[in-house]
Amino acid sequence: MLEITLSALIIIGALFTFIGSLGLVRMPDFYTRLHGPTKATTLGVGSLLIASMIYFSTQGQGVSFHEILVTLFLFITAPVSAHLLSKAALHLGVESLSKPPPEVERADADGAGTP
Amino acid sequence: MLSTAILIAFALVSAAIGLTLWRLLTGPDTPDRILALDTLYVNAIALLVLLGMHLSSALYFEAAILIAMMGFVGTVALCKYLLRGDIIE
Amino acid sequence: MKRRLLPHPILTPILALIWVLLSNSLSPGQILLGLLLGWIIPIFTRPFWPERVTIRKPATLLRFLVVVLYDILVANLAVAWLILRGSHHIRPAFVVVPLALRSDLGISLLANVISLTPGTVSSWLSPDRRRLVVQGLSVKDPAELINTIKGRYEAPLLEVFESC
Repeated sequence: MLEITLSALIIIGALFTFIGSLGLVRMPDFYTRLHGPTKATTLGVGSLLIASMIYFSTQGQGVSFHEILVTLFLFITAPVSAHLLSKAALHLGVESLSKPPPEVERADADGAGTP
Repeated sequence: MLSTAILIAFALVSAAIGLTLWRLLTGPDTPDRILALDTLYVNAIALLVLLGMHLSSALYFEAAILIAMMGFVGTVALCKYLLRGDIIE
Repeated sequence: MKRRLLPHPILTPILALIWVLLSNSLSPGQILLGLLLGWIIPIFTRPFWPERVTIRKPATLLRFLVVVLYDILVANLAVAWLILRGSHHIRPAFVVVPLALRSDLGISLLANVISLTPGTVSSWLSPDRRRLVVQGLSVKDPAELINTIKGRYEAPLLEVFESC
């Protein structure tokens, strides 16, 4: 039972990691590529870390829970880097399928990059 | 069964790393390349966690934490460079 | 006096928890060391934390966390499905969300939650902090997306951090 749960978690995690990277290759423009890695990959690695937590806790050397730290860290940092990346892309005027709102360009033209 | 699952997962994550590498090398714009690098860090964490389970050793965990932190700091520094043309002001 | 000794009452248990997670043991010594660090670090880094965080309604925050966790799961499945179906089915669009939140913490939490959940990434905050530009992967109705963001995520955050 435990082995089935672990195997399922590992396969699901790896599958999501793969799909996230697939999105990076398949999507047509930068802003749509951003979605795969920030969402699918985060959940994929989160699932793998939960699997690792269960695995090491059942090895008989006491509970292991420092995996939570990496999961939390990824869940906090992934949106931050996604936000910074898309801000940088808007600033550079990277080609996009959908038109960015006009105010973005106006504010950038003023030269004030927000902190 | 578990070892088979880990082997399949190894294959999937390695394929994912291949895909990100392709985007890193071809990606038309600089933000694309940074995004690919960020994804590569996350995939490397996944690979390290899998390796830790494969070898039944918790030693690789510290490496995973370090990669998570350094990856984030690296991405932020590169984005800031693109935004301002300067990292430390 | 109390402010100087314990400038951030919420930060202390969080730092202690992180220490215990990092050392991966629940022994009393590690917990004590974690609490000590959680007490000392906020005192020495006080200039970095000008705002004092207060949580007004813990129950609402807990309910919000459950909703967000559930949405992260659903959003992941939706995005994975969109990626697998290919790029012909997506409808990317930028949406401008007017913000009612005023505090830095509230806005950054909202932006993070938006990026983690429903097929959207927060892309740009206007310099006056009144509007947030959000990029959606498959937007059918921009007005509905704005309503979802405001009702589902912003309202609870407003209640917890800025109900005055």
